[in-house]
Amino acid sequence: MKRFSWFNATSLTLGFAFLYMPMVILVIYSFNSSKLVTVWAGFSTKWYGELLQNDAFLDAAWVTIKVAVTSSTFATVLGTMAAIVLVRAGRFYGRTLFSGMIYAPLVMPEVITGLSLLLLFIGIGLDRGVLTIVLAHTTFSMCYVSVVVSSRLVSFDQSLEEAALDLGCSPFQAFRLVTLPIIAPAVISGWLLAFTLSLDDLVIAAFTAGPSATTLPMKIWSSVRLGVSPEINALSTIMIAIVATGVIAASLISKRSAVRQRAEEQAAERVEA
Amino acid sequence: MRRFFLIAVPYMWLLALFMVPFIIVFKISLSDTALAIPPYTPTLDFAAGWQGFKSFLSELDWENYVFLTEDDLYWKAYISSFKIALTSTILTLLVGYPIAYGMARAPHEWRATLLMLVILPFWTSFLIRVYSWMGILSQEGYLNQFLMSFGLISEPLIILNTNIAVYIGIVYTYLPFMILPIYSALEKMDESLLEAAEDLGCSRFTAFWLVTIPLSKQGIIAGSFLVFIPALGEFVIPSLLGGSKTLMIGKVLWEEFFSNRDWPVASAVAVILLLILVIPIILFQRNEQKQREAEG
Amino acid sequence: MALDASAPWEDPEAKPVIHFQNVTKRFGDFTAIDDLTIDIYEKEFFALLGPSGCGKTTLMRMLAGFETPTEGTILLQGENIAPVPPNKRAVNMMFQSYALFPHLSIWENIAFGLKRDGMSKHDINERVDEMLRLTRLEQFARRKPHQISGGQRQRVALARSLAKHPKLLLLDEPLGALDKKLRQETQFELMDIQEKTDTTFVIVTHDQEEAMTVASRVAVMDHGKIIQVATPDAIYETPNSTYVADFIGDVNLIEGKAAGQDGDKLKITWAEGQPDIIGTPTTEFSNGQTVHFAIRPEKVSITAEKPEKANCLQGKILDIAYLGNISTYHVELAGGKVIKAQTANNRRLSRRSFTWEDDVWLSFTDTAGVLLER
Repeated sequence: MKRFSWFNATSLTLGFAFLYMPMVILVIYSFNSSKLVTVWAGFSTKWYGELLQNDAFLDAAWVTIKVAVTSSTFATVLGTMAAIVLVRAGRFYGRTLFSGMIYAPLVMPEVITGLSLLLLFIGIGLDRGVLTIVLAHTTFSMCYVSVVVSSRLVSFDQSLEEAALDLGCSPFQAFRLVTLPIIAPAVISGWLLAFTLSLDDLVIAAFTAGPSATTLPMKIWSSVRLGVSPEINALSTIMIAIVATGVIAASLISKRSAVRQRAEEQAAERVEA
Repeated sequence: MRRFFLIAVPYMWLLALFMVPFIIVFKISLSDTALAIPPYTPTLDFAAGWQGFKSFLSELDWENYVFLTEDDLYWKAYISSFKIALTSTILTLLVGYPIAYGMARAPHEWRATLLMLVILPFWTSFLIRVYSWMGILSQEGYLNQFLMSFGLISEPLIILNTNIAVYIGIVYTYLPFMILPIYSALEKMDESLLEAAEDLGCSRFTAFWLVTIPLSKQGIIAGSFLVFIPALGEFVIPSLLGGSKTLMIGKVLWEEFFSNRDWPVASAVAVILLLILVIPIILFQRNEQKQREAEG
Repeated sequence: MALDASAPWEDPEAKPVIHFQNVTKRFGDFTAIDDLTIDIYEKEFFALLGPSGCGKTTLMRMLAGFETPTEGTILLQGENIAPVPPNKRAVNMMFQSYALFPHLSIWENIAFGLKRDGMSKHDINERVDEMLRLTRLEQFARRKPHQISGGQRQRVALARSLAKHPKLLLLDEPLGALDKKLRQETQFELMDIQEKTDTTFVIVTHDQEEAMTVASRVAVMDHGKIIQVATPDAIYETPNSTYVADFIGDVNLIEGKAAGQDGDKLKITWAEGQPDIIGTPTTEFSNGQTVHFAIRPEKVSITAEKPEKANCLQGKILDIAYLGNISTYHVELAGGKVIKAQTANNRRLSRRSFTWEDDVWLSFTDTAGVLLER
């Protein structure tokens, strides 16, 4: 029954135009045949072809994916542990410091995190490369994971776990068989968040990567500092397409399962009646 | 035993990769630059034992901090970072509030979609989102082409490589941070409060001013901190969109480290930035605390 | 018949405060209010009663100005209020959720409307204090809404909406959020305040007991129409339809056919092997017409021996509900019809005279029930 008011419709239209226009332009001009990015000279997919032949970009993409998968997996394990500690472990010595260290990286400027990690790696004489990037990414994304998971754990009905204990589970079994399946969606979205953060990160990677490893954002960075380039437009379009497909698919899946759940609940009620 | 393990693993990880690095940064900020690898002195010599440690301590000093106060480049960079972050936060609020308001007052079945549309850009690369403005704002860019084709301007506007481009970049990339907390505050608001205000004699506008704004205050504060804090240390946006005159402390730190290879000064810059950030972070935490209490 | 001063609806000269003239309200295809005409008089305590979705809340929101009628006019003291926005109407509303501003203190909540009128500081202080006294909230003035109890919040909402001296106060399910005991106390408080302030109150409720307790007149609504408007006792004793009879209180409904008039009495045949019911109709029934006979359980007596009454029916006790002050017996007649009969338990230690499976007689006079066409 409720409709958009005139004012709200206008502000939403303008707002979303602002949010999406730059990306739409980027996508359109990635199909521009001209080398001069801002002048339209006809449709072409040649920049995509050139991009796929550019080994430097492909290598960087491969490094990035390796780093992202490894670091987000570590971050998910550590972050989930940290979340359980935050929500469930009660009091222990150094708890304040612990929660401080969880929340601080969320607001820490990347330049500082990057600098401090680099100085550590140099200090202990660790060779910089893929390993150091993974360590760095794991550290800051585990904090994001723990925030996501702990917000789910807070609203988790603890009597479910108590019921499992009452029915004969050991505490670890209760966690594995009851708690984990229920908080799984939060753990998965934590992993996805960590994965994207790692894919996305330029500054920390630039500090912690040695000459032996270059990630995709670093490659993009060195290229765009010189100005707009059609190859980068094509690369951006591919990345935007992957993200958009992923997010839309995820939201469709969750929507469908919500619809199914509702249908099943209704059916159950009908049977009852 | 299991509990100990559960606490110890993430704790040790964070201590080793978060806490210790800061101590190192602080230590190096007290050292001197040297033409060596690593490019600072003194280095701690464990072989020398207690004596080595003592002589190491005696060589640390506050010289780099004194240097920061003497060279006005750094002062100006801190002040200008603060100004740019503050201006962009206000601009983001002005752009974000109407969007959050529109979303919260949208028909129910629309809200999930709108929320997804706000979050979607989050998942796309930050670097690409900043980069996308380079083509728009440059002198021969799309914006100038558009305005000139309509005869609105005769000369291209110079926006790229100015502070204005930096404001646009910050507003654009941090907008979701502003929208989401305001939206969640507005969405929780009971609409009968507005009807009650009108019933008691408010016009639509006064009702907005006396009821809606105060009730979304927590969201406004949270959103502003979420934009202000990262904007203060921002590096990518001023480097890509700002000009040579755009001074931001994140950029200075980067250049000090990579171009000048002056690690001790870079470390001192970082320590001071951190000290500056502590104030808004504490204020932000307090606001969150208050919100939790009001809800609980 | 002498006109009662407190019953202006019986006085053809009386001017209504509110006059609905053929008002219809549609939301898309849905008709919330269907061609409704009604008058509400000064100092009335008027209750709109009906199940949820019957249109009572829409009716009230049109009075407050949050909805405009699709057709028809609403007059407030003779003036059409359609063009007047809610903030300019001399009508105030007490919201179901109370809608207390959470960021303002109790005092500021009550003063909110007064400040909008540009009243002087001194007058505002005086008026707010007066309202605080009226609702016994003096010691809570500085608190925020979440620091007081539900009952106190309800009184703040009342004080806030009364502060501006509205010509008409609308109360949307005002006691819905309170528990039963508090609700009953508050009903009397509401009546008291209504009397003290001489304001016209319109209350929306789905709780028939509440409507009967507080209201001077009750309008029973269903599907956007008003089925009956009358004083609580008239609604209870002379409902105009089975819908009203069934909605208000407990009732036995027996469907039958008119089988001959005898003086002012009517015979109703209703079941094979059961004697005809004798009742007193208030309207004409032709022979063979369907008659719904409605009788309240407390008007049905229950005895072991057949009494000397116009109507006697024999049956067996199926169920007994002991409610403390009264007991309700469910008696099954031959043929399966179940009739409820109520007796007052006015002696503490009286021996229960009946138990399950007892054969008993139900009886009632020929004026105890109502004869309804539909």
